[in-house]
Amino acid sequence: MSVLVVGASAAGLTTVEALRRKGYREPITVLGAEWHPPYDRPPLSKQFLCGDWDEARTRLRPDTMLSALDAEFVLGDSAVALDVDRRLVRTAAGRALTADAVVIATGLTPRRLPGPDLQGVHVLRTLDDAAALRKDLVEGARVVVVGDGVLGAEIAATARKLGLAVTMAGPQAVPLESQLGPMVGGLLAELHAAEGVDLRLGMAVTGLTDVDGRVSGVRLADGDVLPADVVVVALGASPATEWLDGSGLRLDNGVVCDAYCRAADGVYAAGDVARWQHEDSLLRLENRTNATEQAMCVAANILGESLAYRPIPYFWTDQFAVKVQVHGRPSADAEVTVAEGNVADGRFVAHYRRGDRLVAVLGWNLPKQTRVHREQLVHA
Amino acid sequence: MKIIVDQDKCVASGQCVTAAADVFDQRDEDGIVVLLTDNPSEDLAADVHQAAAVCPALAIVVED
Repeated sequence: MSVLVVGASAAGLTTVEALRRKGYREPITVLGAEWHPPYDRPPLSKQFLCGDWDEARTRLRPDTMLSALDAEFVLGDSAVALDVDRRLVRTAAGRALTADAVVIATGLTPRRLPGPDLQGVHVLRTLDDAAALRKDLVEGARVVVVGDGVLGAEIAATARKLGLAVTMAGPQAVPLESQLGPMVGGLLAELHAAEGVDLRLGMAVTGLTDVDGRVSGVRLADGDVLPADVVVVALGASPATEWLDGSGLRLDNGVVCDAYCRAADGVYAAGDVARWQHEDSLLRLENRTNATEQAMCVAANILGESLAYRPIPYFWTDQFAVKVQVHGRPSADAEVTVAEGNVADGRFVAHYRRGDRLVAVLGWNLPKQTRVHREQLVHA
Repeated sequence: MKIIVDQDKCVASGQCVTAAADVFDQRDEDGIVVLLTDNPSEDLAADVHQAAAVCPALAIVVED
């Protein structure tokens, strides 16, 4: 028996670690599109972007621990096709890799604005993306972040902390509104405004202006143009499944899997790319914790455990001095009540309810208590 | 078994406490990990390895 993991980021690496921890001693190959050894993404918009951490600090594991896994890492080569029946993966460099079990962990591809490539326009997904953006965040630069979700808000906060003039533009009335609702989104808007971020929200971005191939501004739906030296596009991302077109796997906003994260016989998916049968609907999560937990479930199932994947989702975001932690599945229309602490003090835990069911717990600068409240979700 | 935690990498998720409450705790003020013992008894080994595995910052290293 052999295992091929396609994707060398958190989900891919965790699959390998979990297999080894469970005593699996047979061959494992990991295929990674980037040349970098596995690194962590959450710090890219924060500690790495502001310069507090260097590249080495973003590594998921040091070389010694990677070597101890006794897996073959094939880096700098990407998968271009999968033959499901033979469990054979072809790569851009011409490799043909086969295994008894294939794990798809290829993550996401960030969305971009239509139009030609312009200098000064960035997305942030990879370490190289973050390094390129960091280089452009120089003194005096006017930064416009196009995007009002988690990543956009974190990048805006980091650029502002570096002392730059920052504008956040996006279609929602307040940041993260579709995920966390108007109450918490409103607090995030207040936070960013108080820290000096210019919020131009509630308005779609229609395009970019440029001078000689270098971005000069961001055009809004009402015709206004926000002047910009640097633009970061953080409008979400799509599951990286193009290489699976024609494979026969069901692709629909991700690799569609059963409750065991299985897409076909001997083919599994984990992390941002996987959309699995969760209770009575399909669910796909884009967060760091899911990469780990789903990969652990996949490893168990490769080894025959038949473990249905039923996580309590968790994500966090750090913006300025605020840490927001979210357990469960909040929604914009949930009823939100403060269950501990209070908003005025800037430290609280909120409960999200739909009908009489507790669906999520959110902590605002109250980590330890938030975890305690999470217990209520376990039994909800 | 020896446990090393990196408080600078820790993101205060508390997942380690959920996995092994006898070994890990969080600081009251900011939720950063606190090690209750760096050499726990062997019967906690499975929980400790689980804690290290689920940490979203990989801030826990266990040396057997």
